[in-house]
Amino acid sequence: MSGAEKIAVRVTEVTPLNELVTRFRFEPVAGGLLPTFSGGAHTVVEMADGDITRLNPYSLMSDPFDQSAYTISVRRDDAGRGGSLFMHEKVKVGDEMVISNPVNLFSLDLRAKKHLMIAGGIGITPFLAQIKQLDRAHGNWELHYSCRSEALGSYVDYLTSTHPNDVNVYYDDQDQAIDLETLLDGQPLGTHIYVCGPKGMINWVRGKAEALGWPREAVHYEEFLAPQPGKPFEVKLAVSNKVVQVGEHESLLEAIERAGVDAPYLCRGGACGMCETRVIDYAGNFIHRDHWLEDDEHASGEKIMPCVSRFEGKTLVLDR
Amino acid sequence: MSKFEFPPSIKSRPVYGTLEARPGKAHLMIADAAGAEAILDIATPELMARSHIIYIPRGATHGEALRGLTPAQYYEGPSYAASVTRIQRVLQDAHMGLQVYLTGTEGLMGQAQNEAMQAGIPHTAIQTEHRGSVARRMQCVHCKGITEDVETDPFVCSHCGLNLFVRDHYSRRLAAYQGVCIDAEDPGNVPQAKGIYE
Repeated sequence: MSGAEKIAVRVTEVTPLNELVTRFRFEPVAGGLLPTFSGGAHTVVEMADGDITRLNPYSLMSDPFDQSAYTISVRRDDAGRGGSLFMHEKVKVGDEMVISNPVNLFSLDLRAKKHLMIAGGIGITPFLAQIKQLDRAHGNWELHYSCRSEALGSYVDYLTSTHPNDVNVYYDDQDQAIDLETLLDGQPLGTHIYVCGPKGMINWVRGKAEALGWPREAVHYEEFLAPQPGKPFEVKLAVSNKVVQVGEHESLLEAIERAGVDAPYLCRGGACGMCETRVIDYAGNFIHRDHWLEDDEHASGEKIMPCVSRFEGKTLVLDR
Repeated sequence: MSKFEFPPSIKSRPVYGTLEARPGKAHLMIADAAGAEAILDIATPELMARSHIIYIPRGATHGEALRGLTPAQYYEGPSYAASVTRIQRVLQDAHMGLQVYLTGTEGLMGQAQNEAMQAGIPHTAIQTEHRGSVARRMQCVHCKGITEDVETDPFVCSHCGLNLFVRDHYSRRLAAYQGVCIDAEDPGNVPQAKGIYE
């Protein structure tokens, strides 16, 4: 079976934080301890929603050394494919669910002399775990957290009360914005940037850091892309000799799995590179949404990341 | 002066590039001997206005040419050992965005890279360009002593006197290649010393 190892868990708390975000606490069904993880790790949550099984990644936000439970925070996306709505509407205390072992694609570089964290909206969640990890190690960090409004500022009160000197909050509706150039200018040598938030914010931070001469290796980012709905299309899997219809609201990867083909994956969000698949033949257009492949690879028509990317056209044959 | 092409080797062996001016508010350039020529090649008035050059001539006569570039700061040191405290101080006060350029002998580049890495710059973000002598800084794996400017293979450890074979295994932490006793099995049976790349 592809993906990280699975853990059967029970939902022990469902805590609405605000209009959009709800926190879920998972404890192992079998009792005992969960694996420790490192700040920035995510888990892939399996959601049995009628005939559809969704597998969505969520950053773990609990203390990485707390093995009694994992917590995640889910932002409701009314326009999405339904994973977050399922979590918000269907999941109740006492439910049993299956989650994956933690996987970290956004870990701290512990060689850094200072960790500069930049969060946008629900992108705050991996930092909650990283901050707990760094506090234990007496790490040097500061957080710049941009949210839409006070009402939607998840964990602002917790962060500002526990770390009043290290946490800086910016509210869009009060016209507050991170003064990025000033923030990046004058950071001590050995500072690493971590950014998690919407794509625009990630590109803004990466672009500014590059222009100011920051090494690429000192800028870390994570953006989970949810697979977007799109026109149905047909895919032929050459190795398994199957033809699969990809529905409007399912991803190519999900359709491949539904057909009983065990395809590799890890993050399911276009970031890790695990599901990279070779294209054997095609007639049509790719809709690449990942940020794993390089631009020239996107243009080549030779590779696709089936977790988030789609296809429009007559023929698509994959080496799977 | 033409650049020496090091023969392809194992992954451990450092590979050097060609310096290029990169965006950044501050530039630290450290060179010895013929490395000065690599700085002269990329120098522009705009770049020099933001550059701090630390130069160890080792008998070369490029000092006046470098000073003539009128960098923001210029320091000429009699040896690496005499210059390293200054390098450390510059790195300690530096900010992210600093660009580091190292050029000259492998020993100079390796040791200065080590200082920059310890200050928090990823080694892959440090530019290097080899110029001048192809001599190596070697560590004897037996007594751990360092012998500078080794030009022949094998060579005699300047600390313990063993006959050492020059390997391509390199340590970024030590900024040195590994020297291993060549006549351990049959003491005294030492091949004729020749140039490392002959």
